[in-house]
Amino acid sequence: MRGCSAMPRTLVVAGNGPVGHRLVAALRDRDLTGGWRVEVFAEESRPAYDRVALTSYVDTWEPRALQLDGATYDGDDLVNLHLGEPVLSIDRAAKKITTRSGSTVAYDALVLATGSYPFVPPVPGHDLPGCHVYRTIDDLDAIRADAEKAGRGRRSALVVGGGLLGLEAAKALRDMGLSPHVVELAPRLMPLQVDEGGGGLLRNLIEKLDVTVHPGTGARSIEQDRGRLLATLGNGTELDVDLVVFSAGVRPRDDLARAAGLAVGERGGVAVGHDCVTSDPDIYAIGECACVDGTVYGLVAPGNAMAEVTADRLLGGQSTFERGDTSTKLKLLGVDVASFGDAHAATEGALEVVFNDAVSGSYKKLVVSDDAKTLLGGVLVGDAAAYPLLRPLVGRDLPGDPAAMIAPAGLRAVGVGALPDDAQVCSCHAVSKGAIGAAVAGGCADVPALKSCTKAGTGCGSCVPMLKQLLTAAGVEQSAALCEHFGQQRAELFEILRSTGIRTFSELITRYGSGRGCDLCKPAVASMLASLGGGHVLDGEQAALQDTNDHFLANIQRNGTYSVVPRIPGGEITPEKLMVIARVAQDFGLYTKITGGQRIDLFGATVDQLPAIWRELVDAGFESGHAYGKALRTVKSCVGSTWCRYGVQDSVRLAIELELRYRGLRAPHKIKAAVSGCARECAEARSKDFGVIATEHGWNLYVGGNGGFTPRHAELFVSDVSTERLLTIIDRFLMFYVRTADRLQRTAAWLEAMDGGLDHLREVIVADRLGICADLEAAMARHVESYADEWAGVLADPAKLARFTSFVNAPGTPDPTISFRSERGQPVPLGIPVAVGR
Amino acid sequence: MTAVEVWTPVCALADLLPDRGVAALLSGAEQVAVFFTGGEVYALSNMDPFSGAAVLSRGIVGDVGGVPVVASPMHKQHFDLRTGSCVDDPTVRVPVYPVRVRAGTVQVGRP
Repeated sequence: MRGCSAMPRTLVVAGNGPVGHRLVAALRDRDLTGGWRVEVFAEESRPAYDRVALTSYVDTWEPRALQLDGATYDGDDLVNLHLGEPVLSIDRAAKKITTRSGSTVAYDALVLATGSYPFVPPVPGHDLPGCHVYRTIDDLDAIRADAEKAGRGRRSALVVGGGLLGLEAAKALRDMGLSPHVVELAPRLMPLQVDEGGGGLLRNLIEKLDVTVHPGTGARSIEQDRGRLLATLGNGTELDVDLVVFSAGVRPRDDLARAAGLAVGERGGVAVGHDCVTSDPDIYAIGECACVDGTVYGLVAPGNAMAEVTADRLLGGQSTFERGDTSTKLKLLGVDVASFGDAHAATEGALEVVFNDAVSGSYKKLVVSDDAKTLLGGVLVGDAAAYPLLRPLVGRDLPGDPAAMIAPAGLRAVGVGALPDDAQVCSCHAVSKGAIGAAVAGGCADVPALKSCTKAGTGCGSCVPMLKQLLTAAGVEQSAALCEHFGQQRAELFEILRSTGIRTFSELITRYGSGRGCDLCKPAVASMLASLGGGHVLDGEQAALQDTNDHFLANIQRNGTYSVVPRIPGGEITPEKLMVIARVAQDFGLYTKITGGQRIDLFGATVDQLPAIWRELVDAGFESGHAYGKALRTVKSCVGSTWCRYGVQDSVRLAIELELRYRGLRAPHKIKAAVSGCARECAEARSKDFGVIATEHGWNLYVGGNGGFTPRHAELFVSDVSTERLLTIIDRFLMFYVRTADRLQRTAAWLEAMDGGLDHLREVIVADRLGICADLEAAMARHVESYADEWAGVLADPAKLARFTSFVNAPGTPDPTISFRSERGQPVPLGIPVAVGR
Repeated sequence: MTAVEVWTPVCALADLLPDRGVAALLSGAEQVAVFFTGGEVYALSNMDPFSGAAVLSRGIVGDVGGVPVVASPMHKQHFDLRTGSCVDDPTVRVPVYPVRVRAGTVQVGRP
């Protein structure tokens, strides 16, 4: 089949959900000869997005944040995406489809990926205004509109259905500020995935989070009542709510297939074989609309597997879809829930091993074969840390006694070594243990490298702890030791310094390290001492620890000269101060350039010129900009509501306040920040370590962004907070980062490597789960209070000034190797002959 | 040996900060980097052979596997203070200067 690209055949794809998109992406990836032209017909008006992550839409209300990679097919001439244009009928005899706008398109092959629709039980009043379903971005927009219409005060909502989707909906509603009630017909939550014991614990954990659960009953009626809704439950309970969300399961969308006379399953779904082909050999069905052996899979992983099979078959392959993996692990309202394999012990002779700890709030069950040797499935609630190790073992021999494996710390003892090479570690991207081992052997030395190389860990993220274990097992050191002189990590050394009160490098290395130190540990310890309020960075022994930039309080450039960056908070500067900078540059013959952080960099200063330059700058009211330090750099801002006709908050004022608050803060790496005055985001705050974006009601805070080599968008951390609350959260966030990150680890990488990721960070910083927030705030208060300009400190101290000499035996003699030429009217370094590499 | 020994006094030993370097100018625009670490004084060429900039005196002093080194402030290659050999690339070496302390004054000789 391959190679006949002269006249590509036409593939029509009806449906553009995640599975439809996966099919097109997989086909285009492998169809190297352009054998297929693809026409995609989508019902929704936006490119394919991640429906599994729908709940997170509430964090940003930004549809593009959910958009799947490559969903627009930009630049691919062989894919045409028709948005808002669903297929309405199929003419199998003529091999043509007709769309909503009336166009007909002939196909050589047709793939049905129409997904499913939410099932709404026929409760009286189910179609009243204020009643919703939960499946698309448009559904969430409609829910939000109703939530905002609801008056102030205690607002509440009813969720009909306590399955996975219902609990997701409850979370979204809670994040919108409503108190959710969840009603579930079954006697427990998540009846499909979780057994009775797990369901009981799940309910306890979730009710602590302001969600009321009504199990074993349904919604009897919904009526309008004084501008709100009155919901009556089957057990007689009456609830006053502002809106109702139905999430009582989904049904396959097989109407198109039925109308075309294709075979359907007994309980719905387009019947397909293991080749994903329907009763018409030219028509395939995949995902939630398909029915394989009587089973309709309502999860994305089996759908993706069907998409891969179909792509392969369209290109002449013979792969088959065997059995969908219905394993699930998710965090519902902060509670870990995992279910895998035969969770309900349906296999004949299956045995259950249960570990239930109501005190610590964890429930674990393993289902094993009758000889207790083979793992068949399991349920984990409250603590699902064992999931990534257990799921790949389903259908295989257990490496130990099942009871021991779910006992606390039992799995740690078993470890990743128990997995065979073909076991899937990352089920989202089907990455095996062997593939990860190969990537490690090929040079991937940390989790971020493995993520970009193998895609493992980039889906749900549940396998990240396994990736770390695999790296360790392969002998790749996991940033444990700071350097050859200290076996501790940076965070451990920070705690040592904090608790022992040691404030010199020599005492630290004598008591906790070995040797004399090096260019890795010395600046790292100097930075920690500075973060702990160690006084001027050039005081006493500290001076010898500093990298050349911190030692001369300027940035070294390629010819050994330095650049000077005075602080310009928020990028706001008076003409008078601009003239001072201009005069200094002119007097000292410095090259000037505007930086990305909205300030001005002056290049070409020699060591002995630095004090004279700074004397003029300090006298004019400037202070160090810390451009040379692993420290807060700038807080960039747009012009904000003062001038901008779109601005909703005064971004400049906040940027200045933040920059002055955190100036001089030494950290594991540099810290960049920005404030935008409206959602247009002109300050590019989402590329910063922390970025603030104004809303109508306050500020949204984003954390963990990065430009540079590995760009990463900052993620929404808290929304619509007041300025006061914002400062408290940033105080905690920055101090937690300063204390716990590795050496030279930006916030983005710190967050990537953190177990539990953003959710965990939010629990620590916002919910204060570790009870350390008061301490973090106090530490930041000490920093703010003790801040003093480093350059003013140098100018006031003759001993420090004495170090700024070109030659110890000829002070004032310029370095003869430094010379300049002119380029575009400014001085630039004259090339120096390099001895090595000739 | 019949060669005339030339020693240039560069500074007082007390002027040297432990584990930190200074630059000194010899006749003929030659620059040396002088370090004081572990009770010893060392002198290397100040010229970083990798970047071509005269900056080695501004590097961090420490040890690599017990070998006393300075790390170039430009790209962090380590040079053995005793031999001038680059620890990260043994094919590269910077000139080492004899150094001695006479009556509290540090003196640098010819390489």
